[in-house]
Amino acid sequence: MDYALIVILQLVVTIANLALISAGLAVIFGMMRIINMAHGEFLMLGGYAALVSHQAGLNLWLAIFVAAPVTVGLIGAVLERLVIRRLYGRMIDTMLATWGVSLALVGVVTVIFGNRVSGISPPLGSVPIGGYAIGLYELLTAGVTSLLFLGGWFVLRRTPVGLIARGAMQNRDMAAALGVDPAKVYATTFVTGAAISGLAGALIAPITGVAPSIGAVYIAKAFITVISGGTAILTGALSASALLGSVNTAFSFVMTPVLGEVALLAAAVLLLRVLPQGITGRFFRRSL
Amino acid sequence: MTDFSRRTLLKTAAAGAALGLAPAYLRQASAAEPIQVAGIHDASGGIDIYGRPMINSLTLAVEEINAAGGVLGRPIALKNYDPQSNMQLYTQYATEAATKQKASVVFGGIISASREAMRPTLRRFRTPYFYNMLYEGGVCDRNVFCMGSTPAQTLQKFTPFVMKRFNAKTIYVLAADYNYGQITTKWIRKFASENGGEVAQADFFPLDVNDFGPTIRKIQAAKPDMIMSVLVGAAHNSFYRQWVAAGMKDKIPMASTTFGIGNEQVLTSPDEHDGIVVSYAYFDGLKTPENEAFLKKYTDRFGDKADAVTEASAMTYHAVNLWAAAAAKAGSVDRDKIIPALEGGLSFTGPAGKTTIDPKTHHDTLDTYIAEVRDRAYHVLESFPQQPPADTAAVCDLAANPNETKQFVIDVKS
Repeated sequence: MDYALIVILQLVVTIANLALISAGLAVIFGMMRIINMAHGEFLMLGGYAALVSHQAGLNLWLAIFVAAPVTVGLIGAVLERLVIRRLYGRMIDTMLATWGVSLALVGVVTVIFGNRVSGISPPLGSVPIGGYAIGLYELLTAGVTSLLFLGGWFVLRRTPVGLIARGAMQNRDMAAALGVDPAKVYATTFVTGAAISGLAGALIAPITGVAPSIGAVYIAKAFITVISGGTAILTGALSASALLGSVNTAFSFVMTPVLGEVALLAAAVLLLRVLPQGITGRFFRRSL
Repeated sequence: MTDFSRRTLLKTAAAGAALGLAPAYLRQASAAEPIQVAGIHDASGGIDIYGRPMINSLTLAVEEINAAGGVLGRPIALKNYDPQSNMQLYTQYATEAATKQKASVVFGGIISASREAMRPTLRRFRTPYFYNMLYEGGVCDRNVFCMGSTPAQTLQKFTPFVMKRFNAKTIYVLAADYNYGQITTKWIRKFASENGGEVAQADFFPLDVNDFGPTIRKIQAAKPDMIMSVLVGAAHNSFYRQWVAAGMKDKIPMASTTFGIGNEQVLTSPDEHDGIVVSYAYFDGLKTPENEAFLKKYTDRFGDKADAVTEASAMTYHAVNLWAAAAAKAGSVDRDKIIPALEGGLSFTGPAGKTTIDPKTHHDTLDTYIAEVRDRAYHVLESFPQQPPADTAAVCDLAANPNETKQFVIDVKS
């Protein structure tokens, strides 16, 4: 019984982890159709922002929930202004440009912090469940991820800002004709996506540690999740995370963690063969 | 130049004087042309935690030899290459060291994959090669000298020791997924079953894996009596952190064949590492006069904040000194003269005690220790003086088969 519970909790944590690292990318890709190759580096920067501000004496929770998203959001704002804005609608060019940005960010961070892993110990300790235990911090990240998605849904569905954002996303020209400045909407979206990535990176940092090249570990998984999810931002990322995370966890437990990763990739390939438009291209089509 | 002031005049005069002296200096240099030596260690990337202290020791050893007049009256010119934890660059730099730099000897290689990348290249170019990291054993190649400890020297004593200490019958092994991890796991299986225990399960991880959540859950379900960590590199370090976060620290004890060779005791907090038991051929807490003198020189040269000396770092120092002694004995740095000199039972007493090269295997007879990590330092629990490289000796005899070039993989039946 307690074993079943611990497996379910691990499953929830794995799914939440996937959803968390994909959220920022999903916002930017889903709303703006921009493939942000620097997404992994946004996560990495979030981790460093939290680490540095915590080491400078800031409370760990403030470092994770305030310092990291604000810092990465600001970096995103600068990048949007300098690079992304000039390349709207040119997908391949944006990919190249953001890839260049990603390399530059890795380089700069390596120069500043050195090519080594730094880390903070995860706070909070663990909860015993029968003969087993799971880190409370991991459960917290799962909780934060749910709040993040709930919040996203609320903003998009129930607020005027969300309405404008959805409008600009569906038909840019029509939104512009109705007096919405798409440039402003896109800039806000990009900064929001960057800030969410920063928060995600900071949340993961105590579990995995941070290194300048750590973005590469996440970028593939984040992309696969977002593409498998399809056009709907929230439902897509969530449903793809749930599917791929379950496959990963099942194989990790039954076989080995390495085969878990392999199974995740294989599942994504199969999924895209069957549903080229992603999960939300076929199911939950009217969702967000 | 319109205004030829007194200052520029003086500068020009000084430069002229220096130029005038240059030929004399150059003549002297050509009389003692430096001996080229290459160091190939990762100073960046995921493996850098092992490389940095090794590079320090190599630099220190070369500087000492140069200060004492060099080798055969010639100074050593050391060139350090940084392969950035990239196996492809190892082959490239080994080729460059052997051909462009024309190095007389190469010190380097960290993970076993990097050694196997360089070994054929350096053999082809007939450049003697010292590999100074502890490893899984079995390399049998007359061109290579392996200075680090191997499983028969450490694990054979270490496995029964930890099983007894933790009162353990079942061991769960977590290992890096390449030759070192795979072969070391076989050794652990063998020594565990010889001592009445068993390896309950072994999981292997690529070097970039940093999420151990599912594994920790699996360990909780398997309920082993102890964990043996054969994890390698910076990404795997997060295991120790996640282990503690899952509240497993005081439930299942841990031993490791790798914890500490990258100074993990500094990268993790005492909460995370207190109580881990390890076994190496060197600990920086050894209280011998040679080691204390060495550590003082090391700190004077690289400062208090330098990476602490590890087994691989100490063995690099031994390797350079053994090579220099062999050169003095042979009267040459030529490969065909220096290898027989090294095979003449040469030994060096340094920070890691007395190490003697075994002529048949090109491995070391050395002292090994078992220690516990506590508060970022190692506390030696037991020592085993002068352990021969019995594992490699069982399969390799270079005196009988000097043309052997392979790494024997020990066939361990579990």
